[in-house]
Amino acid sequence: MTNAFLEISNGEKLSREQIPHLSFNDFQENALDIIKNGGKVVQYFGYQDDLSMKFLAVLRTDKLFVAGCDAPDSYPSFSKICEPFHMFEREIAEQFGIRPEGHPWLKMVRYHPSYREDMPDVFGNDYNKDIPGNYDYYQVDGDEIHEVAVGPVHAGVIEPGHFRFNCIGERVLHLEIQLGYQHRGVENLFLNAEAKRLPILAENIAGDTTIGHSLCMAQAVESLTSTTPDKGAQIIRTIALELERLANHIGDLGALSGDVAFLPPANYFGRIRGDFLNLSLLLCGNRFGKGLVRPGGVRFSLADDIRKTLDERIKELKPQVEHVLDLLFSASTVRARFEDCGIVSNYDAQQLGLVGPAGRASGIPYDVRRSFPTEHYGQIDIPENKKPSGDVYARARVRYDEVLQSLNIIQSLIDTPVETHCVDDINYDLAFFSFVVTVNEAWRGEVSHAILTDKDGKILRYKVKDPSFHNWNGLAMSLRDTGISDFPLNNKSFNLSYCGFDL
Amino acid sequence: MIESIILWCLAILTAPFFAAVIIKVKAFFGGRTGSPLLINYYTLIKLFKKGSVYSTSTTAVFKLGPIISFACAITVLMFLPIAGHNSIFSFNGDVIFILYLMGLGRFFTIAAAMDTASPFEGMGAAREAYFPIICEAAMFMILIFFYRLTGQLQLSAYFSGDNTIALWNLGGAPLLFIVISFFIILLTENSRVPVDDPATHLELTMIHEVMVLDHSGPDFGLIELGSFCKLFFYSALVSRLILPFDFKISAIGFLIFIIGLIIVYVAIGVTESVIARYRMDKVPQFVLTSFALAFFATIITLEFIK
Repeated sequence: MTNAFLEISNGEKLSREQIPHLSFNDFQENALDIIKNGGKVVQYFGYQDDLSMKFLAVLRTDKLFVAGCDAPDSYPSFSKICEPFHMFEREIAEQFGIRPEGHPWLKMVRYHPSYREDMPDVFGNDYNKDIPGNYDYYQVDGDEIHEVAVGPVHAGVIEPGHFRFNCIGERVLHLEIQLGYQHRGVENLFLNAEAKRLPILAENIAGDTTIGHSLCMAQAVESLTSTTPDKGAQIIRTIALELERLANHIGDLGALSGDVAFLPPANYFGRIRGDFLNLSLLLCGNRFGKGLVRPGGVRFSLADDIRKTLDERIKELKPQVEHVLDLLFSASTVRARFEDCGIVSNYDAQQLGLVGPAGRASGIPYDVRRSFPTEHYGQIDIPENKKPSGDVYARARVRYDEVLQSLNIIQSLIDTPVETHCVDDINYDLAFFSFVVTVNEAWRGEVSHAILTDKDGKILRYKVKDPSFHNWNGLAMSLRDTGISDFPLNNKSFNLSYCGFDL
Repeated sequence: MIESIILWCLAILTAPFFAAVIIKVKAFFGGRTGSPLLINYYTLIKLFKKGSVYSTSTTAVFKLGPIISFACAITVLMFLPIAGHNSIFSFNGDVIFILYLMGLGRFFTIAAAMDTASPFEGMGAAREAYFPIICEAAMFMILIFFYRLTGQLQLSAYFSGDNTIALWNLGGAPLLFIVISFFIILLTENSRVPVDDPATHLELTMIHEVMVLDHSGPDFGLIELGSFCKLFFYSALVSRLILPFDFKISAIGFLIFIIGLIIVYVAIGVTESVIARYRMDKVPQFVLTSFALAFFATIITLEFIK
């Protein structure tokens, strides 16, 4: 297959002249061609370059591809033919007022005025009003249909999001999720921030994915400044990412257990999650790993005494984790709740482009650690972890496997002394007129950052994509034909990020 | 009579204490210390000190709900032979009266929930109206069983004095079915796991809790106290059934009754700790089990007791 898209590797610095600049028609044809043959969208965004609007797409099959084009004022929607573009097209429409004609469900993503003030708002909203929205929700008609609106303010201490259920009795026919309540304009903050604040911004995109996002940012900056972290730093970053995965997966499994009112594992996992967060604390002085990853390396080395303590604590925690996992997964009443609940078929998952554990639970083996390894992952053998059934049980089971694997990975990494030189003087002189895209497997799935620089080496466009951007639609799909009382369980089995989506 | 009234007051006053036993047992299984045994009193005092907030869209029905459901719950306790002592009221057919008195309480809780026009509460009300229907069938099956044994429709004829022992002598093994059947009804009627989850904060999965979301302060306090009384009522019946001994020295009788009560509450706590909640559409099957057990018990006795 010859394709006008350029094959690139993860974190490869490209001069922007190297990126194929196609005519819009070629761009569309080639992009659709890749996606129709099973490819997925990693990044697809618009940017302004000297007052002209351009598109850039990073697609993946088993390789990464990139190409760009000049953006028209409106264009025939790609989503009509290829669903994976769905959210990306809505995002572009919102950010730059470029209308994808014939888009099946053209709606605001995050509720903010267009970045280009000269363009009329695609959705006809007046953002000066308190409630600017023309909220259109998909509606179902009929005698026994009822609509349930949940949120954006929830009973628990969680983030805001609005869920609109169309039900017949207890059965959900359709769920629509509206987010954006946490929109902070993160991508634009990167443009004007002082260089040394970049890591701080990246760490705070989504607090529970601190390491995932800061890794993407650090690798992108490293690529554009042509620096390479030493081997020790790579190992420490890998350990940090796996610790983050462990703490979150264990927290999720505990919460899943709590949602089916099976309390013992919920309590134990709640405590054990804290123990793993404390391991991050041991590593860098912050339970969520903030302040650890910086472009060029890490700010905290792994001294031998810390390494030993880490090893001892993991040795102590491992049997406990295994025991509670066994308690949870061997309880028949728990299995009865998890199995066949909220099934997302492999076909649907492919169309929606699900990533991470949610995708693997629906039989999509994609794992960045295997496909586009960064840091130390090239030397680690990560199993495939896919499950066929696509239900809550599969999503829990993927976490089960990954928890045990992560424990082994960390144990093998801290077996030998790790030496690194802590970074304090960070190079932020980005290469001018360049482009880089980085991809990492955070605990929720594929996190990706892309940076475009202008002629002076200033950041022209910073694009962030959290795995939740793909997966929220998976949650909506899982609720089809499921009891509304199983929503919390399904929600927890995806456990997606609001702030990572809202940016 | 005075004695009965004192017992009735004691029952209402101690009901919150026993409910806290469940919390303690669950905490034990979860590896936690848990809240103190008097937690429910603290909660009630806190609630009664507060003011109530009423939505402008609600009517008097909303305010009536908690009062009537509480009144029903404590009136039902007046018919309960506590520790085998005579109840305050008792007449032939009072069991049916009790059943529908509880039905009245439920009706007003549901009406109050519907009055808020919240989709959550509507959903909760639908569930609350559905599951007790099955419970009611089981309850009547149990009544038929008791009636066949004793020829009477009166709570005191089954549970006061040495009547319970006599019941075991007459019924024998099938009465074990009735105990289990009663326990299932207890779990269902009092919104316990595996039917409902009293600890959840997720409106979409709740049954009972979601219906009282809009109640606050003293109103909510009444609802809580009412549900403690209701739980006490069912537990007292099961307690008498499992430890039916009647002692002439009333102190020992009380001790045995309280031991029985604690066994029941601990059993609820253990049940909640070792099994997950059933999926909503499987709950009717679980509740129907109680009916089936009572039904079999009756069939068996049909043969032996002519």
